[in-house]
Amino acid sequence: MSSITSIQRLRASASVQRKFSIGVRLIIAVFLIIFSIFPVLWVISASLNPTGTLATQKLIPDNPGFGNYRELLNLEQFPFWTWFGNSLKIASITSVISLSITTVAAYAFSRFRFRGRQTMLKAILLINVFPGLLALVATFLMISQIGDVIPFLGLGNHTSLILVYLGGAMGVNIWLMKGFLDTIPRDIDESAMVEGATDWQIFTQLILPLLRPILIVVAILNYIGTYGDFVLARVLLRSNEQYTLMVGLQIFAGAQFQQRWGVFAAGALIGALPIMIIYLALQDQIVGGLTQGAVKG
Amino acid sequence: MASTASRDILKVSPTSTIPFVPRLLRLAILIAIDVFVVWLLNRLVALGFFPLAAAFLIITIFVNVVILRKEAYPIRWMVVGLVLMALFTIYPIIFTIWVAFTNYGESHLITKQQALDQFLNEKYLPEAGKAYTWTAFKSDAGDYTLWLTDADGNGYLATPGEPLIQPQPGELGVGELDAKGIPATIEGYQRLNAILAATDKSLPDILFGEAGKTIQVRSPTEAAELLPLYIYDSAQDAMINQETGIAYKNLRGTFTSSAGQSLRPGFIESIKLNNFRDFFISPALRGPLVQLITWNFAFAILSLLFNFFLGLAIAILFNDPDFPLKKLIRSLLIIPYTVPALITILIWRGMLNPDLGVISRAIQSLFGWSPSWFTDQWWAKIAILLVNLWLSYPYFMLICSGALQSIPQDIYEAALVDGASPWQKFRKITLPLLLVAVGPLLIASFTFNFNNFNLIYLFNAGGPPIAGTPTPAGHTDILISYVYNLAFSGARGVNYGFAAAITIIIFFIVGAITLFQFRYTRMWEEVGENV
Repeated sequence: MSSITSIQRLRASASVQRKFSIGVRLIIAVFLIIFSIFPVLWVISASLNPTGTLATQKLIPDNPGFGNYRELLNLEQFPFWTWFGNSLKIASITSVISLSITTVAAYAFSRFRFRGRQTMLKAILLINVFPGLLALVATFLMISQIGDVIPFLGLGNHTSLILVYLGGAMGVNIWLMKGFLDTIPRDIDESAMVEGATDWQIFTQLILPLLRPILIVVAILNYIGTYGDFVLARVLLRSNEQYTLMVGLQIFAGAQFQQRWGVFAAGALIGALPIMIIYLALQDQIVGGLTQGAVKG
Repeated sequence: MASTASRDILKVSPTSTIPFVPRLLRLAILIAIDVFVVWLLNRLVALGFFPLAAAFLIITIFVNVVILRKEAYPIRWMVVGLVLMALFTIYPIIFTIWVAFTNYGESHLITKQQALDQFLNEKYLPEAGKAYTWTAFKSDAGDYTLWLTDADGNGYLATPGEPLIQPQPGELGVGELDAKGIPATIEGYQRLNAILAATDKSLPDILFGEAGKTIQVRSPTEAAELLPLYIYDSAQDAMINQETGIAYKNLRGTFTSSAGQSLRPGFIESIKLNNFRDFFISPALRGPLVQLITWNFAFAILSLLFNFFLGLAIAILFNDPDFPLKKLIRSLLIIPYTVPALITILIWRGMLNPDLGVISRAIQSLFGWSPSWFTDQWWAKIAILLVNLWLSYPYFMLICSGALQSIPQDIYEAALVDGASPWQKFRKITLPLLLVAVGPLLIASFTFNFNNFNLIYLFNAGGPPIAGTPTPAGHTDILISYVYNLAFSGARGVNYGFAAAITIIIFFIVGAITLFQFRYTRMWEEVGENV
């Protein structure tokens, strides 16, 4: 047996092996995909199921229709669209303000040299290690105390909720943003400075346009985090019309889960949709941001 | 730091170039802020919120320094962010520590001074006290004065803050007396008829006569000289009941008599390490707490292992640049990650519903039996791990496939030459190199799961409940959900102090793990190089 034919044989068997292995892996992939999308399909099906209860649901409903979505509009006790609007509003405001504050601060950390700079950066990182959830009781008491003096910053108020979100959003984002800013060459700033531009002009007109990719990632991570928050909103908000979607869905689930499973599914689907679309459309950017240390919360 | 030396060319810009008008505007805004804070501090101190007042004071001084001093120019760029962080992230941490050493909670919500004021306002009618019949007069300005008649028929004029007087008709504007000995008119005042006087809401609260011998309206017919019911004895820190002579001593923020009777409300007071002592040695709490902590660790560790290894397995399986439909498969597999966690958890709650949920029904039809996911403690735990697996494996899949791609291929080729088996390659090359890359994220994920409140609370609210615990606790409760129940559920009375103490204990656990992470990953050195 010559060595050439043996190599050919080896190659042939390797290629068969490879095809076999890809086939097995595709089968595994199918099972994994079923595991990962079954709940989502189940909810889509439930939302289209006209009988609308948990017990009567099949994967492909008998007379699919949008009855559950219509019912969602008319629930007096559960103002779904108000909740949805609240969530979108709070997440948007938080995300925009937090982005502006963080960007300006990160710019200063990246471009200016001042005493205590390193200490401050490290302190911000360290404070961020403390899980915000742990300060929940204190945050609640604090907002309740502030509310005794300034009612519109007290409990049961979107403003105070947004402020608490803003206070918690500084840490990771500043590091992410500063890391990106450090990669922008300083020659750009320096040449502008020679021309007599002020820091503010350099920042707004030169640096900001270059920051667009990271701005999008930070804004979106922030938006998703705020939109998905449950516990702060649950503790700080007080009335049905103020609740965010996450709080509202939890209350709805507690009250009418089994009888109105279809309506709940419709609501859950609409609530999940904005975030799912963002994730799937911007997969690559978000994955990049994630691996830098953000854990889904 | 030689590598960054070249960056230090940029100097802080001089602020003197800022035109006059913006500077004036800045000063005006600062003054407005200061005025507002002074007003705020005043109110906060009056209400007894001292820690919050101190926080506002320190933050305001910081803001003033930053705005007024030229050297602080770079800080001005970040002052809004720092103020928000100080107020809503740092202050709550410090306040948590303060609360942990107090009895803050139900029936201990006000300061000692506020409680004292409340008790010292309480009055009683001594046996020797004098009772009168009364007639009220009201001025146009809303001031009141009383005409009192004692049992002997003597008439008195009682005005708030002044001693009783016994005027004759004609003196001090007092008009002619009627048949009952009551003046028909008093100059400047209007006589109230019996019905108006009886329904007047402010009248019973007014103290007539001089301090210490005040007279109050007690009923539509009677006014009496009342004495304070309690006197505070600061030497023994006790309230003395003047009517019965019983001393109520301050016991952990409640005035309590030796017979065990207590005065409500209690007040906030430092109880030193008592909350922590309760945590560690209270026999009633020990049982459920040991159980809770064990499950808390088991949950975090098992979640991490399951989620990580499933994610890793998938990443390895599809870590092949030529794999068909790779992009599509990845998009479908990360779907669980894209659904907001809360919605996922609620959906799983529906699917696992014991009688009606699809999974329970499927198992039922296959085996004629289905697990009680919510009422049996072991099945509840399994369900939580399963839901968490679904929630989190895509995250690990993503970070593992990223890390796998960064492992240089020539190491594998070298291993192939040496005749290493696939298992050896995985064990000796892939796993160690991967752990270096994703190690910090694994630890972050552990601490996240250690405090995964949403999952525990939304899936089953920590249930099924553990029987016979002094405060409500469930078999799947972790420390943070237990804290939530203590502080907000109010089933047996909220206890913020104890909740804060447990929070601090959690912090020490999380802190120790994080410190280990910093050591392990030499993160500080990296931080040092990057700044």
